[in-house]
Amino acid sequence: MRRGWRGCVPFGGQVSRIQMALLNRRLGLSLSHLSSAVIQRLFSTTGTSRAIQKLTRVRVVDNSSLGNTPYHRPPKCIHVYNKTGVGKVGDKILLAIKGEKKKALIVGHKMPGPPMTPRFDSNNVVLIEDNGNPVGTRIKTPIPYILRQREGEFSKVLAIARSFV
Amino acid sequence: MAAACGRLLPRSAAPGVLGLAAARPDRFFSSSGYRVSSDGKPAKFQPPPKPVIISKQKQREERRFLSPEFIPPRGRKDPLKFFIERKDMIQRRKVFNIPEFYVGSILAVTTADPFANDKINRFVGICIQRGGKGLGATFVLRNVIEDQGVEICYELYNPRIQAIEVLKLEKRLDENLMYLRDALPEYSTVDVNMKPVAHLEHEEIPVNTLQVRMKPKPWSKRWERPQYNIKGIKFELPEETMRKAQKWSQPWLEFDMLREYDTSKIEEKIWKEVNEELKK
Repeated sequence: MRRGWRGCVPFGGQVSRIQMALLNRRLGLSLSHLSSAVIQRLFSTTGTSRAIQKLTRVRVVDNSSLGNTPYHRPPKCIHVYNKTGVGKVGDKILLAIKGEKKKALIVGHKMPGPPMTPRFDSNNVVLIEDNGNPVGTRIKTPIPYILRQREGEFSKVLAIARSFV
Repeated sequence: MAAACGRLLPRSAAPGVLGLAAARPDRFFSSSGYRVSSDGKPAKFQPPPKPVIISKQKQREERRFLSPEFIPPRGRKDPLKFFIERKDMIQRRKVFNIPEFYVGSILAVTTADPFANDKINRFVGICIQRGGKGLGATFVLRNVIEDQGVEICYELYNPRIQAIEVLKLEKRLDENLMYLRDALPEYSTVDVNMKPVAHLEHEEIPVNTLQVRMKPKPWSKRWERPQYNIKGIKFELPEETMRKAQKWSQPWLEFDMLREYDTSKIEEKIWKEVNEELKK
């Protein structure tokens, strides 16, 4: 089974186009106004076969400044606080954002889970402090109901969530 | 017939009826005055043919829909296992109505969720895949909520499901709409407060011939390849790419006799069995 990257190309070259393409893909915006000839992906992106693990690029879904200000590198997971190194919904991870380390909570991943649970099109994550308080003040994207099971740990995150799935 | 018509034309402008009345039974106009036999004398009165009334019930019976999870997969398993499973499926269907739907229909599913508000969770989405056989049959609903694509795989016979409503019953050009993940999000967006679209019972299922536009490559799967045989995408790729994709075509597959699985007779038997049980 193929894992990781087929070929690592440094982010140097066509930085802005790739970053924009990544952002656009993550945000699901249509690129109809740009012809496919213009955007050339110089690296391979493998679909996730496992959920969130080390070096996974994630998408921060709250409205914190740390998560939403653009940076030339996407936020990446550097550690999963789990016995296995694979993080699912409700697991805490360590993120490398804008050159600093921050803890985060996984609220959705691309990997299909048990039946009757939602599967998201992107790996979503909410920034969190060490004591469990969320950094942002609002979460626009839908959160799975399964997080309500651990109401004690995540009560503050669930309080700022707007919609559930 | 042509000769009779020719003789009629100079007499009047009405069309020749002798031959036509038998051919078009829905033309109910009396033209006995215009009919002329070959020797010029007025023809014997011929009563119009009886109109054929197609009752709606008959049409409903003729259009049989057997849910795909009833058809057992090809294999060497004992048919008794499938028989027992079918009994359980029919038992569940007697208590809970599972409507007829296809890949491409828009459904609303309400489930019982211990962690939801009011313990009830409602999800509306377009069905992109129907998989599994027997009691483990599943269907995947997809929707885009707040710019985030969400898919939920539901089990048809799961007791947690409270209701399945078909908001819009229609088919698409493909059996599997997984390519909607790589299509522009407008094609996967379904309004959560959509009103159910009425569908008359005896009508044919409408086929939506929508051709979907895709996001730029790379996609999760190379949908242009012939193994997926997708008709519902408007490929805006260069012709060179489409031609190169045909390199992976396997034209001998459709003639492979070992892969043949004719389900028509099995379907007939199971249809009769299921109907009889459901009527009890």
